[in-house]
Parts: sequence; structure tokens; C-alpha cells
Amino acid sequence: MTEVGARLLVTDDNKVNRLLLSRSLELQGHRVATAENGRVALELLRRESFDLLLLDMEMPEMDGFQVLEHLVEDAQLRDLPVIVTSSLEGVANVVRCIELGADDYLHKPVNPVLLKARIDSSLEKKRLRDQQKELVRRFATSEVAQDMQQSGFALGGKRVRGSVMFSDIRGFTALVESQSPEDTIELLNTYYTLMFDAINGRGGVINQMIGDGLMAIFGAPLPLADSCGSAVGAALDMIEMIELFNVERVAAHKSPLRIGIGIATGEIVAGYTGTQQRATYTCIGDTVNLAARLEAHTKLAACPILIDHSTRLGLDARIQVKTLGAVEFKGKSTAVEVFSVNVPSQGAGSI
Amino acid sequence: MAAPVIDPATFANLQEAAGAEFVAELVDTFLEEAPRMLAELRNAQADASAERFRRAAHSLKSNSHTFGAMKLGAMARDLELGGIIADAAPLNALDQEYASVAAALKGLGND
Repeated sequence: MTEVGARLLVTDDNKVNRLLLSRSLELQGHRVATAENGRVALELLRRESFDLLLLDMEMPEMDGFQVLEHLVEDAQLRDLPVIVTSSLEGVANVVRCIELGADDYLHKPVNPVLLKARIDSSLEKKRLRDQQKELVRRFATSEVAQDMQQSGFALGGKRVRGSVMFSDIRGFTALVESQSPEDTIELLNTYYTLMFDAINGRGGVINQMIGDGLMAIFGAPLPLADSCGSAVGAALDMIEMIELFNVERVAAHKSPLRIGIGIATGEIVAGYTGTQQRATYTCIGDTVNLAARLEAHTKLAACPILIDHSTRLGLDARIQVKTLGAVEFKGKSTAVEVFSVNVPSQGAGSI
Repeated sequence: MAAPVIDPATFANLQEAAGAEFVAELVDTFLEEAPRMLAELRNAQADASAERFRRAAHSLKSNSHTFGAMKLGAMARDLELGGIIADAAPLNALDQEYASVAAALKGLGND
């Protein structure tokens, strides 16, 4: 696949080279900006967003080597792909460029076919890197990342009020046995992408993923004005996303997915546990246990979303619930009131 | 038989890759820029600036190769790699070769 319309910066002090390179790149469908030396290029790179830099070495004011040195030291620009286009001779120069982080080195005059191949390859690598960064960002949501930075990764705990969600895929073990490992991993990746979208979109933080199950917290580490509404809203979004995903699966002759979600609200003990090297944001307490029990109970109750009384109290009238009565849970001395959240137009593929 | 001032295959490839109309503009740019590079070589020589001398020769070499001006490119390359010289003769020869290149490029542009 060719990346169409990438934004490239051509840096060359020689006008003929600059024009010719720009022309070649524009003919390949890219958008091109130019800079006549390293200093101007760095200014542009820090002000605007580019997908790739084409860099000449011999330049007045600031040469290509200096640009490469600046890029390595700049956290924002470190991962920018750089292709050196130079007529500098000698393997030593090529080696120096690669050591300074350049992706590739093309001798001028640049062969347009070679140029296209190298650029496509660099852009593809960048796309994969960006995807990975995005994944990492999702695992450690910006709230958690900020909180961790501000607290200096303090491993202490605190009591907070929030809503806890557990979710998993119904009949997942049977599903795993019926398909190839590759299909299972691909399914899980799609599933997690959808669930992360729904949960992060409502201010929730996912702090555990085990197999097909996940745990999310609403209201910690940072307080959330309406943790109950956010958690239930996320649950409804999750169901809707799964329904949409099922339309695709059924069309591909695959069995539809069903998920169960349990939500409980109350006091939780939250904090980072682990060591300074490897820490995770953890929540413990009765609320967490209850949310897990409610999630397990969705199988028995045959309802996709079950919530406790405290969560129910936090919901506004727009969200319809059905009272299921008191249920005895293991590890609970008294029976717990359980409510099922009505899912609008379930299975109708509502968009 | 002397080699042509502009290598026809290189020039044709350039036209094919970038478009003949664009190449005509590129030639005009080169004809504006190259005299500055030649002047810079002279100035660098007068100022005994090896760095400027090398850079100007490097630039001229690079552009010469782009258009297929192989002899001009080779002469510029010798100056780039050989380093600064006090002797004016190689620069005079360079000017002369450039005059041939410029005439040839103008001819190609009018085809």
C-alpha cells in the first residue's frame, strides 16, 4: 500500500536540487515543503507536523549532521523518519548519518524509482511506530500518565469514591477452541480497541486486562463528576459497538459476540502497587468484589449489564433499569439489590 | 570522438521522470544559480576559504550530474575532493566548460 498525501520536508541549500526533489515527490502524490538550510528546517519541524524529512548534508548555517544531532535530542522529533539525500562521497559519511539516526542514504542525483521505494518503506515504518505509540498511550491513559507524573509514581493508596466495571466475553473458551490462534488474537485486538474507545471516551481508565476480561475504573485516579452515569454510558456504548461489530462477524459467517458487564459504585482503595520499576494502578475493596460478582451474574440473569443500588441512585431518568430483586452473592453477608440496565433497540443494529 | 557536453540519456531520463516542461524551468534555475557557484569558487579562492571552495564545487558537481553534464561534474568533483587551490587555470577551464554546458542546455530547451 502506498501512503498517499504524506507531508514531507525537503531540505537542501541548492535550489536545483530542492526543486527537482520536490517535483519528484509531488508526482508521487505527497505534499512538500522546503527549507534551504538546517536551521530553517528545524524551525519548520518544530512548528508544523511532517511525516518525513529529506535531508541534504552540505548546507550553510546548519548542516545535515547538525540537524540529525538536534533531532535525536528532541523528544518530539526523535522518531521522525529521515532520508539523507547527498552527493557527499565516502562510506564514512553514510555510516555517520546512519549512526546519527537517519533511516536511509540516497546519493544524488537521486533515482526517482529508488526514491519512491525508500520513502514508501520509511512511511510504512513510521505508520507502524505511530500505531504502537497509540497502543501504549491507550494502555496508560493520559489521566493515569499525568497523575503518575505529578505524584512522582508514589506507591501510596487513598480512599476514593468511584464506579468499578468488569466486563468479559460470553462463551469465550468455546470460541477460542473453534478458531485458529491467529483469529483469536485478531478478535481480541479488535474487541479491546472497541472497548478502550468506549471506556476512555467516558473518562474511564482500564487497569486490568486478562484474556477476554477487563476491569475499568471511573472516578480514579482523577475524580469524575458523574462516575455512575459515565460507567453505565460506557457500558451502553460497549454493547452498541459489539452489536455493530457483530453485523460484520455475521456477514463473515462468524458467531456473534456477547459480553457481560457488571458495575458497582462506592468507596474503593486506589493506588499504585508494585515497585518503582514496574507499577500498576490498582483498586481494591468491597466495591471491586461486587462489580466482579455482578459481571459473573449476567450469565445467570441473561442480562448484558447489571449494576448495584449505589450505581442505580447515581443515574438520571433517561437510563431505564429493571429491578431484579435481591441476590445472594458469595462472600457477601447480606443480599444485594441488583438492577439490569435496559439496552435500547438491542440487536437491531442501531446506529 | 569527444563525449557530448550533455549526456543525452541522463537528460532524457530527467525529462521523463520530471516532465519536459518542468525540466525547462529547472534548466533556467540552473543557468541562474551556476554563475553564482562559479563566482563563489573565485571568491573563496581569493579569501582562501577552503570550506566555501569545497561547498561551491560540491554544489556544482551535484547539479552537473543531474543534467548529465558529465565533464563539468567531473571537473567540479576534482576541485571538491582536491581542495582549495591558488592556481586560476582550473577555474578558467571550469568557466569554459560551463559556457559549453549552458549553450547545450539552452539548445536542448529549444527543441
